Amino acid sequence: MPDVVISAATQVLAHVPGLARHGSKPRRELPKSDEVAERFAASLRSFDEAAAYPAHQVWIGNLHPRDLPARPWSEKAGAPQRTGRFGEIMPEDEFFGLLAAVDDFGLFALSPELAERAVAALSAHPLAKAFDLDRIEKAVADVDAVAAEPKALRLTDGAVMRCGQADDESLAAHVLIDNLASKATATLALLHLLEGSGIDPTSVEYVLGCGEEAIGDRYQRGGGNLAKAVAEAAGLTEASGADVKNFCAAPIPALVMASALVGAGVFQRVAVIAGGSLAKLGMKFQGHLAKELPVMEDVLGGTAALVEADDGRSPRIRLDVVGRHRISAGGSAPQVMQALAVEPLVRHDIPMTDIDDFATELHNPEITEPQGSGNVPERNYRTIAALAAAKGDIARTDIAAFVTERGMPGFAPTQGHLASSLCYLPHALDRLTTGDARKVMLLAKGSLFLGRMCQLSDGMSVLLERNESEVRT
Amino acid sequence: MLQGKKVIAVGERDGISGPAIAACAKAAGAEVVFVATECFV
Amino acid sequence: MDLQSQESILRASQTHDKADLLVLLGSPDPESASIAAETVIEGDPSYAGALAGAQLGLLTYHVLEEEVHADIPDDVWEAQIGVMADVLEADQLAETVAGFRNKV
Repeated sequence: MPDVVISAATQVLAHVPGLARHGSKPRRELPKSDEVAERFAASLRSFDEAAAYPAHQVWIGNLHPRDLPARPWSEKAGAPQRTGRFGEIMPEDEFFGLLAAVDDFGLFALSPELAERAVAALSAHPLAKAFDLDRIEKAVADVDAVAAEPKALRLTDGAVMRCGQADDESLAAHVLIDNLASKATATLALLHLLEGSGIDPTSVEYVLGCGEEAIGDRYQRGGGNLAKAVAEAAGLTEASGADVKNFCAAPIPALVMASALVGAGVFQRVAVIAGGSLAKLGMKFQGHLAKELPVMEDVLGGTAALVEADDGRSPRIRLDVVGRHRISAGGSAPQVMQALAVEPLVRHDIPMTDIDDFATELHNPEITEPQGSGNVPERNYRTIAALAAAKGDIARTDIAAFVTERGMPGFAPTQGHLASSLCYLPHALDRLTTGDARKVMLLAKGSLFLGRMCQLSDGMSVLLERNESEVRT
Repeated sequence: MLQGKKVIAVGERDGISGPAIAACAKAAGAEVVFVATECFV
Repeated sequence: MDLQSQESILRASQTHDKADLLVLLGSPDPESASIAAETVIEGDPSYAGALAGAQLGLLTYHVLEEEVHADIPDDVWEAQIGVMADVLEADQLAETVAGFRNKV
């Protein structure tokens, strides 16, 4: 079997303060209190504030997470930078244009003023020729009239989402805007990937989606396929695709499956994509407002990666060093982490201290801590370090140093699948090519019990390695 | 202390999970009447 | 706390003798331990769930508290809790939960 590499990865954000109140939590809480709704609206960030926010600069590749300043980061923000080496932060007006441009069913409606602003901005975008700007013109409508249609959802002053079918809950307007937002952010990331890598779009044969949105209709609620929709929107005319579902853990199985398809010779080139989760916007807003902070879950993420046969330079994905959480492994935090961060390394006699960077659930602690959810990556790293000490790879006194040197601060918005190490992939590619890392482990965990079908957790891990034949162990 | 008790196990994904608490409680002679694991991310 | 869980805990408190019930928490930090303990002892602080204003006063411990640990066989503790006892701040968690427990 040939070696498989990850040759490119991109990452985008869409700053969508107007959509924040349509996240699941605000959608439930804001109608209960005018006062809270007003405070929410008054606590949204401007584009410049969001674009300057250091964690977002890490996301788009202008900063490595270990180079983040001391917290609070918002007080250390520099000048807003819209673009980075990995992608961009797109302002809301443009993103509304992008939503219209990828809406195949004419369900999304824009006011003439908003559409005009969106077309003007997107026409000047470096990827302009990839956007279907005619669709934006066609989306222009009397939004007040559209909002009065049965089951339509008013998103902002200038934007409305229609339902797909009035009596199908799976095609309700709030479901379809979740799905469309995921499609748009994934498409934007994929377009950046094509542009940045310079590959022929027709050379991508398959696309695996690993976003959190499960699309479908009432007869197959999660049975749909967003990956192929994204592939079409990005112009990958020769590709097909499918979605991989596994809560927040999905990206790692998707990367491993994509790599297995390439390694087995089924396809030469596979893209792995994920869009953002509109449902998670404003998820922890109550904690933010209580601490007089802005509503920080006001961005949608998007990411894309390219998997192909060994090109002699890109980091290899070690399909022989994949960790999986077996059913019999047990569901306690150390048992899950043992299965993911320890077992695959033990199997290959690789000491945990050989791993330069562990990428785990990199949720931004400035978002989670005010709501009492603690610092998720730090807990992950302490668990990994404690297991390294229990295994004898480090001394107990070196736990703190292990966390600092091989871990990193979380910087991802709380969109689980993107936070679950996928957001580190572009950084990992840098570190394993132009940087000085030789081994990076990506690991992701998923809370299967949230679906009420079992009490289990799940997770998967995989090792990435600098492309030097002599480092193969 | 746990012997004969009816235990409600409210675990958390990032701490001790519900099933892990339940396994401990059962081993200590308790009956587990409810298990949940909270997940906040 | 999860709304479904609140309903189930309320039901458990109605179908079992309250004196027999014991809540064991697995919260990772004092903030979430505080919310969970408050919910099952004094009622849901967010007033969103079935336990809003319920004041169940259930006997509640964090699973990492000494009294609980002492009751659990070592091999089971090692398999289920293991290094988490070192990773989490057990003293702070115990103090937080005891604070609510001792008010009852």
